[in-house]
Amino acid sequence: MFDTHQFGLGLRKPHYADFLDEHATVPVDFVEVISENFMVDGGRPLEILRRVRERHPVALHGVSMSIGSADGLRADYLERLRALVEAIEPLFISDHLSWSRIGQFNSHDLLPLPYTTEALDCVCRNIHEAQSVLGRPMLIENPSSYLAFAGEMTEWEFLEAMCDRTGCGLLLDVNNIYVSAVNHGFDPLAYLSGIPAGRVRQIHLAGHSAGRELLIDTHDKPVPQAVWAVFDAAIDRLGPVAVMIERDDDIPPLVSLLEELDTARQRAARPLRSAA
Amino acid sequence: MSLLAIQEDFRLWLTTETDDANLRLGGESAPGLAVYLNNYRGQLMACLTASYPMLQAWLGTNAFHGAAALHVDRVAPSDWTLDAYALNFPGTLIELFPSDPEISELAMLERGLDLAFVGEDAPATDVGALGNLDWDRARFNLVPTLSTYLFATNACAIWSAIAVGSEPPPAVLLDEPVCVALWRHGLTPMFRTLPQLEAIALEMAREGRDFGQICSSIVEIAGPSDGLQWAGEYLAGWLQSGIIQSIES
Repeated sequence: MFDTHQFGLGLRKPHYADFLDEHATVPVDFVEVISENFMVDGGRPLEILRRVRERHPVALHGVSMSIGSADGLRADYLERLRALVEAIEPLFISDHLSWSRIGQFNSHDLLPLPYTTEALDCVCRNIHEAQSVLGRPMLIENPSSYLAFAGEMTEWEFLEAMCDRTGCGLLLDVNNIYVSAVNHGFDPLAYLSGIPAGRVRQIHLAGHSAGRELLIDTHDKPVPQAVWAVFDAAIDRLGPVAVMIERDDDIPPLVSLLEELDTARQRAARPLRSAA
Repeated sequence: MSLLAIQEDFRLWLTTETDDANLRLGGESAPGLAVYLNNYRGQLMACLTASYPMLQAWLGTNAFHGAAALHVDRVAPSDWTLDAYALNFPGTLIELFPSDPEISELAMLERGLDLAFVGEDAPATDVGALGNLDWDRARFNLVPTLSTYLFATNACAIWSAIAVGSEPPPAVLLDEPVCVALWRHGLTPMFRTLPQLEAIALEMAREGRDFGQICSSIVEIAGPSDGLQWAGEYLAGWLQSGIIQSIES
C-alpha cells in the first residue's frame, strides 16, 4: 500500500489547536482519530475533523464496534460509521479483536475473547458484515488482555485464520503484544513469527503501567524500551506500514510526541537487525 | 462454555460483581477480572466527571463522586457511545437529592449544552437576505438543536457564576418556574431564560403557528401596544441569536 513507512499521531483534544494552526503544519504523514468521537450529528467535533482532513490523511480507529459480540453487530452503529467514512474517506478503518456489548449492555471496555473455533466463526461473520456495510476491508487490532480463556489456538493463529477468512488487515499494537506476553507468559517474538506479516498495515506504539499482578495498557506514558524492542523486531518482518504513537491519558505537549515519533522514524530506518 | 455464556457472565460480573459469575470466569486464578471491573467502573466515572464539571463544582468532589458511583451501581450503559451514558444522570440526581432541585436542574443544563454541542448543523437565517416577507403569514423553522426546559430554581445563575469563576449564588426556589431555551449558534451552545410571554411565543413558533397568530396571542395577554412591541422584539432576538433557521411565508 505504501512505498515507505508512514508516521502519524493520534489526534487528541489538547493538540487540536496545533493541527489547526494555519501558519504551521504538524510534520506527520497521517493522524488517527477515535471514530466514535466523531459519529455525531454535527457541531465543533465534525468541523475540526473536516479541517484536519483538509491537511492530513485520517485513519478512523473504533472502540465500540464489538467485533466479537456473540449476538452480532448493531446496525445503527454501522450506519453511523459508514456516514463518517463517506464524509472523511479515511486512510484506514480499524477496531479491536475484542467484544464490549452483549444484548443491551455495553461495557465500553475491550473485553477478551476465547480463541476457539466458535469465537472465530463469530468474529469472521461480524467482520464480513462490517466490511460489507463499509464497502472496504477493515484493520483489526490485537488487544491487550488480562485474562486468557482455555482456547483451541493461540492469538496469532486466531489472527491468521481471521485474516484468511475475511480479507481484513491487521493493526499491530506492539505495546499490546508486550503487555499480553508478560501477562500470559508467551514470547513476543513467537507472536511476531506467527502473525501473517503481509496483512499488517498499521502499527500502534504506546506505553503501559505495572499493576499489582499484571501489566495494564494505560497509554499514559512514553513508549518503554521493552516495547521499542518488540517494535524493532516487528519492523524487521514487515513491509512499509503506517506507524503511530497512541497516547490517551496524561497527554504531553505535541512536541514531546513528535520527538517520540522521530525515535520511531530512526529505529525504522536502521538496517535489518537480523542482518547486523 | 459458549461465547454467549462467557459474555453473559462478564456482563453479570461487571454490573453485579456476583461470585458465581466470577468463579465461572476463573475466580482467584483470574486476577484480570478485577482489572476489567476497575476499567469498567473507571470509564463510567470518568464519563460522568467529564460531562458534569459545573455540577461537580457545585456539589464538591466527594458528594459528586458519591452520586456518580451510585449511578454506576444502578445504571448499566447500553449505548455504543460512552457520551450517552451521562444523559440519564439527572434522573438519578432527582432521586438522590429530592429537596435540592437545583442539583438535577444544573445537570439538565449541562446535559442540554452537551447535546447541542454535537447536534445537527443548521445555518441560521441570514437576516440581510429576508427580503419582503409577508410577516403576518411567516412561519419559522427553528434550529434543530433548540430545546426548552422548565426550571424551578436559579440553576442558570449558578451555572453562569461557576462558568466565569465567580462565587455562585445560594440555590433558591423561584416564585414561578422559568422557561430556559437552549440551542447552538454556529458552533457555540447557548442558553437563555425566557420571560413568560416570550416562552409562549417561542412555543407557538415551534408548533408552526405564523407570526400573525403569535402576535394576536401576545396582544391578547399584554394589550395592543406592548404586545406588538414585545412580539417584534422577541422575533428580532431569535433572528440575532441564531434560533431561527429559515422563514416561510
